Amino acid sequence: MLKLPIYMDNHATTPVDPRVLEAMLPYFTERFGNAASRNHSFGWQAEEAVEVARKQVAGLIGATAKEIVFTSGATESDNLAIKGAARMYREKGNHLITAVTEHKAVIDTCKHLEKEGFDVTYLPVGRDGLVDLDHLRAAITDRTILVSIMAANNEVGVLQPIAGIGRITRERGVLFHTDAVQAAGKVPFDVNASSVDMASLSAHKMYGPKGVGALYVRRRNPRVLLTPIIDGGGHERGMRSGTLNVPGIVGFGKAAAICQEELATESVRLAALRDRLNDGLRRTLGDVYVNGSMEHRLPGNLNVSFAYVEGESLLMGISDIAVSSGSACTSATLEPSYVLKALGTGDELAHSSIRFGLGRFNTEEEVDFVVEKLSAVVRRLREMSPLYELARENEVIKLKR
Amino acid sequence: MSYSEKVIDHYNNPRNVGALPKDDTTVGTGLVGAPECGDVMKLQVKVNPATGVIDDAKFKTFGCGSAIASSSLATEWLKGKTLDQALEIKNVDIVHELSLPPVKIHCSVLAEDAIKAAIADYKRKQGQG
Repeated sequence: MLKLPIYMDNHATTPVDPRVLEAMLPYFTERFGNAASRNHSFGWQAEEAVEVARKQVAGLIGATAKEIVFTSGATESDNLAIKGAARMYREKGNHLITAVTEHKAVIDTCKHLEKEGFDVTYLPVGRDGLVDLDHLRAAITDRTILVSIMAANNEVGVLQPIAGIGRITRERGVLFHTDAVQAAGKVPFDVNASSVDMASLSAHKMYGPKGVGALYVRRRNPRVLLTPIIDGGGHERGMRSGTLNVPGIVGFGKAAAICQEELATESVRLAALRDRLNDGLRRTLGDVYVNGSMEHRLPGNLNVSFAYVEGESLLMGISDIAVSSGSACTSATLEPSYVLKALGTGDELAHSSIRFGLGRFNTEEEVDFVVEKLSAVVRRLREMSPLYELARENEVIKLKR
Repeated sequence: MSYSEKVIDHYNNPRNVGALPKDDTTVGTGLVGAPECGDVMKLQVKVNPATGVIDDAKFKTFGCGSAIASSSLATEWLKGKTLDQALEIKNVDIVHELSLPPVKIHCSVLAEDAIKAAIADYKRKQGQG
């Protein structure tokens, strides 16, 4: 039986997998110790659990356990990576490179550093959403200390060529940070294969709990040093002070282990569901446009614009389906999505965009329901749309000619 | 964003969706807004030239639920009004009736603009504008 509402917004967050919750629960009650308590079994037990989780998280991305720094989430990880490296290597140079489609946690961190006197280059992306490696090569100067480019985009799901970026940064002796929040656990991601020096991760995007994330910090070839942004008891090798969120970290570890184990089969299943959704929408509706590369894309992502229909009104009509829109009306700023803008999507189509994020608990039956429901609402709104009417009139005029 | 019951009602059961023949001299058409801004409203009035009363009103809107509701409500209010009475409809009346939040006030402004544009178009056609 189909259960409503249907959740298809897995880029925003994911539910905690019941297996993850089960692993976490004892660490709230009987195993509540502080991982930094060195003198009794409560502390040892907590520390041991954290170290198991550290291995599990490291294992997912091909790192070693010591290279994982636990944080409160990916926003903190991005801040620590970028501010931490910029301030540590300031004497080497003051130039950073990122891309216009990065998450605000990266963009706003770079903007903050500009106020501290750093220069930042924001690379453009093509219509497919990808950064051009030649642009990157040309942007690197002898003052460049860090490149931060995400592995997968949170709106359009586009996968950046991180292995190619890593080759360039390694060759030029520049550090490479990647926000891997959307990619890790969803597509193969290996810090050594891609020559990544720092990577931001988040538990709640991979069926773990909210409020816990990690920063991978390379220890060898090269050894990356960071100036901490939070001072205190010197936890996490001095890079991130603060009592560890033991239950959260345990859940993060379990979530990472499950993702690693199931990645090969789950990514195929999700890609098939996504294609079923895309094909279904195109079969029943005209004027449906995919935003960003279909080839270089997360298996669970579909970002499409339904021409002539405004996104927020569309969401209102499908209130039992949870998805997101790039429409201005759904944002606090009344500006349409800056990511779609960067891809060259016109404002009109940006206002008409819907992001589907398929996840572990979505089914074929749900996809079919969404296709049917969405098509009906789009048709109804198009009948109400003056833009649709104008487009039809123009077609008739063209035909008459 | 949560919507008022009235906005939801107009969204689910929009009044007077459709089009009137725009070349008819008794029909005035107002097309306001811009697709880039996410709102376009087309509002039409059919006026009885003898009495100056609006006999019919239709709309089509590209925009959020509040924009759809604002234009739907406007057509409801226009019917049976004289042109002078119609011009007295103000955006604040729409805001009040639909309980629009501050971020949606521009939707009501657009509806008022659409009414004015439709009436101006009618008057132009009648040689009064």
